[in-house]
Amino acid sequence: MSGAGQAGAGVLYQIRGLRVSFPDMARKPLLGPAPRIEILKGLSFDIPRGQTLGIVGSSGSGKTTLGRTLVRLVAPSAGEIRLEGQEIGGLAEPELRPLRRRIQMIFQDPLSSLNPRHRVGTIIEAPLRLHRLDAPRDRAARALSQVGLDRALARRYPHELSGGQRQRVGIARAIALEPDFILADEIVSGLDVSSQAQVLSLLEGLVGELGLTLAFISHDLSVIRRLCARIIVLEAGEIVEDAPTAQLFERPSAQATRALIEAIPLPDPDQPGWTV
Amino acid sequence: MGETAQPALRADGRAARRHGLGLRLWLSGGWIALLALAALAAPLLAPHDPLAQDLFAGRLPPFWVAGADPLYPLGTDSLGRDVLSRLLYAARIALTVALVAGALTCLIGAALGLVAGFYGGWVDLVISRLIDIWMSFPPVLFAILLIAVLGTGLSSIIIAIVVIDWTRFARVVRAEALTQARMDYVASAQIAGMPRRRVIWAEILPNVLPTIVALLTLEMGIAVIVEAILSFVNLSISTDDPTWGGMIAEGRISIHQAWWVLAFPLVALFLTVLAFSQLGEGLKDRFDPVLR
Amino acid sequence: MSGYLEIEGLSVAIPNGPRLLHEVSLNVAEGEVRGLVGESGAGKSMIGKAVLGILPRAVAQTGGSVRLGGQDLGALTPQGRRHLIGQTSALIPQDPLTALNPARRIGRQITDRLVDILGWTRREAEARARALLDEVRVPDPARVLRSYPHELSGGMRQRVLIAAAFAAEPKLIIADEPTTALDVTVQREILRLIREMQARHGTALLFVTHDLGVVSKVCQTLTVLYGGHVVEDSEVRRFFQGPQHRYAAALLAATPRYTDPDASLTPVPEGVIAATEAELAGRAG
Repeated sequence: MSGAGQAGAGVLYQIRGLRVSFPDMARKPLLGPAPRIEILKGLSFDIPRGQTLGIVGSSGSGKTTLGRTLVRLVAPSAGEIRLEGQEIGGLAEPELRPLRRRIQMIFQDPLSSLNPRHRVGTIIEAPLRLHRLDAPRDRAARALSQVGLDRALARRYPHELSGGQRQRVGIARAIALEPDFILADEIVSGLDVSSQAQVLSLLEGLVGELGLTLAFISHDLSVIRRLCARIIVLEAGEIVEDAPTAQLFERPSAQATRALIEAIPLPDPDQPGWTV
Repeated sequence: MGETAQPALRADGRAARRHGLGLRLWLSGGWIALLALAALAAPLLAPHDPLAQDLFAGRLPPFWVAGADPLYPLGTDSLGRDVLSRLLYAARIALTVALVAGALTCLIGAALGLVAGFYGGWVDLVISRLIDIWMSFPPVLFAILLIAVLGTGLSSIIIAIVVIDWTRFARVVRAEALTQARMDYVASAQIAGMPRRRVIWAEILPNVLPTIVALLTLEMGIAVIVEAILSFVNLSISTDDPTWGGMIAEGRISIHQAWWVLAFPLVALFLTVLAFSQLGEGLKDRFDPVLR
Repeated sequence: MSGYLEIEGLSVAIPNGPRLLHEVSLNVAEGEVRGLVGESGAGKSMIGKAVLGILPRAVAQTGGSVRLGGQDLGALTPQGRRHLIGQTSALIPQDPLTALNPARRIGRQITDRLVDILGWTRREAEARARALLDEVRVPDPARVLRSYPHELSGGMRQRVLIAAAFAAEPKLIIADEPTTALDVTVQREILRLIREMQARHGTALLFVTHDLGVVSKVCQTLTVLYGGHVVEDSEVRRFFQGPQHRYAAALLAATPRYTDPDASLTPVPEGVIAATEAELAGRAG
């Protein structure tokens, strides 16, 4: 596969021949197993430590499933996922649990990913307590200030916050655990441009400050151009392009990549290819 | 989108709802508290032995009707038993059934529903099929059959209600848990490394609780009705003990001569069932931090 | 400048509560596409709702007028207003899934309006629906008319809604964030389609969106809102050469563009927000 670097000390994730399929219940016969739909069709790539990787593709390309497989919300049906050499693709949930601290996720919709019955403080502290980290309250407060939120917000419920604030809480929850890897799944697509910019620059700052390895899933190439060093383009469950960001924008090699780039409406009435 | 408008609008509607809500909660809660107190203190409050007959004081009307005896404020039935005393003692039985049957039904049904909705797969399949099969029995016949097998008595009534009505909880709670299990906060708890059993307790249950509370109070009302129906058809506890259903059955016979024997237990029953259902709705909204 | 849709000094408020729109004025002429831009909370959807007479119950118009083809909506009876709006206006909604009734076939949902409001026969309406689906380039229209909403993709559903909006030849269409829920590649097709249909039918189109990129592709004029106030009203070409108002300029600068990676990380500066708030408070007082 293209772009897969050599396994070495600098590699955090090594993905080899990753396949994911789900049973298609709509076409399940009355008796016997349902036919399976292949979502990911044998992906191989590495994520070096400290890199910010963009994962893009149109809806149905499998980018969300890829993300959820990396953080093992989804189990692969074949292939390997190595986290610093350790195979985690086949681990059962109890075996994964101690590793969970190292691989965190920020979700697309903060309203759905923050339990409406819990206060912000509880939401950020609960994972810290689960992993028996010392001084969870202080760590939570530090995480809140790292994402630029007032500590007093710890006593609020998610619905009392604005969209941008909620997404910051999602980020705070992830970084409070001091993980090695964070997956960010379309985390700004529900926000206003202004909040978008704030959340993106916050994330960029944190990546540098905390030495995070980040995978950033988006359908929108323009919002990840600055953030990501490298971009993987998915189409129909396969990697069609894997290239450094600058190269991908200047010389896109795959048709799917070109289509994604051209489809972005720039704030410019004279953008080529858009005349109607 | 008009999002500035949205919170303001919601707050506005919320305030209006809360105002109505407060009164509803107070009235229904007040009635049930009053009834519970009266039932507890029945031996102190009742002017007469509820079983004592006085054939010379039969069919005395309530105090405001001509010919009433002030010793029997709500009159007497055809055997000369004091209606007020019987009402009070009957409330003890009604509330015991409501509390015990309601709580047990809730515990069993909600637990099964939560487990089925959260774990899904074969666990859900087994529980859901069980619910389907259970619900295909006609409930009233089922109850009568059960009492016939178990014999009459307070515990039989309670068992009958639990055995029949757990499906009500299981079905609703399962659907609710299923919706909640798909929310990202559950995935996020998994990402945090939370054990599955703890996810049910700490994450899902608080979100399903308002529904459970509403169902619980509804179920208490239903338990009161079922007990009354079974008493009405004489399948409740021993015929001597006063029950609202039994009183209604007796009052029905003499409705033209002594309407009060029928009317008072009927009103008590109606108010109690109404109060339980209103209490549930009120608590459900009060419990919700999103609405609060 | 006069237009088909003329909004003048429109104010909307929650009774005894905050004002949501402050003396908003804008026009959309026949054949014109006007963008209505703002961040969430700016009141852009509220304007569309006021025009279509579907303001939430807790909200009331407290001032100003809305005219459709010269007729003042405020001067009509509620029934007359509904009649006029039904005859002349249509909406392309944001979410194509919830805007269609999941339990009814597509065909019925397009033809209902024609039959109920315009009094066409079912047969005429069906022929029209098929022709329209052809026009919005839905493959196999006969099959789509018999389908239920869940059987279609998001992009296909949005095409159906566009067809439905144009079905009764409205004079005015309000498109409320019609592509926000779609992929960028699908978005481009839908935007092209809306523009093409609008041009062919000569409709006045009020295009509500938060995305200045989209505005630059679809609209000829635009109105920028902040906190229920109009802060800029401009021609698109002139606007993108240099907005007049500081907030509008900052909003444009914050719009992400892959050609200039830094732009995607510039929020609207707080100083600009504060200055805008102060200016608008002065304007209101």
